[in-house]
Amino acid sequence: MRQNGGQMGSGRLSMKMHTRQAMIAYLFLLIPLVFFLGIRIFPTIYAFFMSFSVQGEDGYSFGNYVRLFHDPVFWKSVLNTFLYLIITVPLQLAFGLLIALGIERVHRFRWFYRIVFFLPYMTSIVAVSWVWRLMYDSNIGVLNQILKTLHLPQQGWLSDPDQALLSVSAMLIWQMTGFTMLIFLAGLQGIPRQYYEAAEIDGASKWKTFWKITFPLLNPTILFLTVIGAIQSLQTFTQIVNLTGGSSGTIGGPLNSTSSIVVYMYKQGFRDFNMEYASAITVVLFIMIMLITLIQLKLLNRNYDA
Amino acid sequence: MFKKGFWVLAVILITGILALTGCSKSSGGSDSGKTEITYWQYTFDSKVKEINKLIEKFEKENPDIKVTAQDFPYDQYNDKLAAAMHAGKGPDIVNLYYGWIPDYVKQDFIQPIPEDFMSNQEIEDYYIPMIQSQKMDDKYYTLPIAVRSLALFWNKDMFKEAGLDPENPPKTWDQLVADAKKMTKRDSDGKYEQEGFAWNVGGQGLHVIQQVLMRQYGVEPYSEDGKQVQWNDKPEGLEAFKFWMDMTTKDHIGDPTFLETPDTAFKSGRAGMIIDGSFNIAAYKDANAFEWGVTTLPVKEEGGEESNFGSYWTNAITKGVEGKKLEASQKFLKFLISEETQKDWLENVGELPAAASLSENKEITEDPIYGPFVEGLKDAHSTFFVKEDKERDIFLNAVDQILLNGTPVDEAFNKLVEEEQRVRDEYFNE
Repeated sequence: MRQNGGQMGSGRLSMKMHTRQAMIAYLFLLIPLVFFLGIRIFPTIYAFFMSFSVQGEDGYSFGNYVRLFHDPVFWKSVLNTFLYLIITVPLQLAFGLLIALGIERVHRFRWFYRIVFFLPYMTSIVAVSWVWRLMYDSNIGVLNQILKTLHLPQQGWLSDPDQALLSVSAMLIWQMTGFTMLIFLAGLQGIPRQYYEAAEIDGASKWKTFWKITFPLLNPTILFLTVIGAIQSLQTFTQIVNLTGGSSGTIGGPLNSTSSIVVYMYKQGFRDFNMEYASAITVVLFIMIMLITLIQLKLLNRNYDA
Repeated sequence: MFKKGFWVLAVILITGILALTGCSKSSGGSDSGKTEITYWQYTFDSKVKEINKLIEKFEKENPDIKVTAQDFPYDQYNDKLAAAMHAGKGPDIVNLYYGWIPDYVKQDFIQPIPEDFMSNQEIEDYYIPMIQSQKMDDKYYTLPIAVRSLALFWNKDMFKEAGLDPENPPKTWDQLVADAKKMTKRDSDGKYEQEGFAWNVGGQGLHVIQQVLMRQYGVEPYSEDGKQVQWNDKPEGLEAFKFWMDMTTKDHIGDPTFLETPDTAFKSGRAGMIIDGSFNIAAYKDANAFEWGVTTLPVKEEGGEESNFGSYWTNAITKGVEGKKLEASQKFLKFLISEETQKDWLENVGELPAAASLSENKEITEDPIYGPFVEGLKDAHSTFFVKEDKERDIFLNAVDQILLNGTPVDEAFNKLVEEEQRVRDEYFNE
């Protein structure tokens, strides 16, 4: 009896505790939730509706989307964005992995190499962009000075429409490589040593060990970096603005050769004040990012446990 | 259990949303006796300091008004304002570039200057004629404190080095090209080590083409109502444009990307001449690594037509400001545009007085640095932009087509006029 009653009492008590704890938890969740709804979800929905109203007209229509479809600069920006994605993501992963594998081999001053390669990622994007911009300067930039001393033809870099996108991409890769390296290092350290020992006993070559053990076991890391890298490259903005804007050029120039979707959206929304049209561009960008992420998850998320 | 949790969440959500909507009701602040107004400008060190000083003085004279000045970096200024105005949180008085007026009017950001505060006639009598181009539908929306014009800066050290007379700057465009050629140094690949003239389009260059060269070649750049772009109405328009383009493509006296910006090139002593506004005087004074002088813009032939481009930052009362706030805003605006403030402004900011009465002031016209700018104001024209940034982009793209893609000048020029016209058509037809 006593035992029983005691149990009942503690049960009721724990119920109360549970509710109270839940209450407190909800309270703590409230502020971030309101914040999230207020500055993320609500503006997103608002922008979505705004994209269906054309500036200067009443009612809702597909006007902005029709105009987008016939807008050559928009398509140029879409193409550029894909080029950024295709150029930067595989290369920043490849370089990051190479450097990570290299650092794994090094036993002295490992921290030093880690810091050196991670520094570009930590430095302010604006500052880095301006340093690169000066390096790329076609008249007095350090890159052309090197070419000149080597008696090679000097290049236009950012001022040449054919090279500008590649020049921007080079900086993007350089900056992101530090980040991918760090994540790869963590991924490499997560692979159990026993696999390598077993492979060694079986007499597997280094090459085979890499492809059969390291690479498959890094799959979650690669997946993560690809998704993050793709989203980042689709949203590239600050670097482009700082490399190309200012009083000597146009943002996304020359001749829109470096313009990305986000840059184009920014120009429409905050330079031409056509928020409705800019909203339509963001909706398209949103759909693109979602599709690409889904495809990536489908293609890359293989299970190697079996 | 589930039900309970649901209700807790619902209650919390509702209070949260109520709290959010509660936030959006701004407190006017006019109940406490003092009327509070806000003034927005972009971050320009000397202007921010000057405004703060002026506000202090104004508040002493008007103890019942409190003015809060806020400033934002130039690059974000339009973004902030657009966002704030859409959210109904904009300032009461906003400082804006005159080229943005049509856009601001269309976006419903600003209200016309009330007739009983200052009538059109009063405005036209008070100011130099240059500011009249901002009139829209027979209404003035803004009142400036100061205006700017262009002049030719030249580096006396570089003139000496090239064997030119350092006290004798070019008077005509042909002289400018000849002098600049002597100061330009390029390597075997054609890359610049030093340029004779800080040639550009994105800086003041496009204004020089539109308002100076065009007029000197006998072309009225825009129709009087601002609806028509008339650059290629006469063959001389193309000639004027071509003359400017030839400076870099044929005469090779300067490159637009040299040292990133034209003013950096001049400041670092590697450009012999630059056309720039009075607002950069302070920056060039700071650089001070060489002797320089200022003179009026070149003309086509000696004694020929003088022309200049005038621009200004100006002040508007935003939409929705009414009652006590409107009264206070008008009082502050009146104070800002007074002749006394304008003189103070010239001294501390370096922009020229906009009041007609001050344009004859000997003290200002005889100053070796400000003199040429005031002189230039007499023939200054300001461009009526409908979408300043877009029009600039189109112009820069046309120039890039010529410089980078080798498009023939006449083809690029005609397309440029067509596109600039389209921007205007779109604006006026909506």
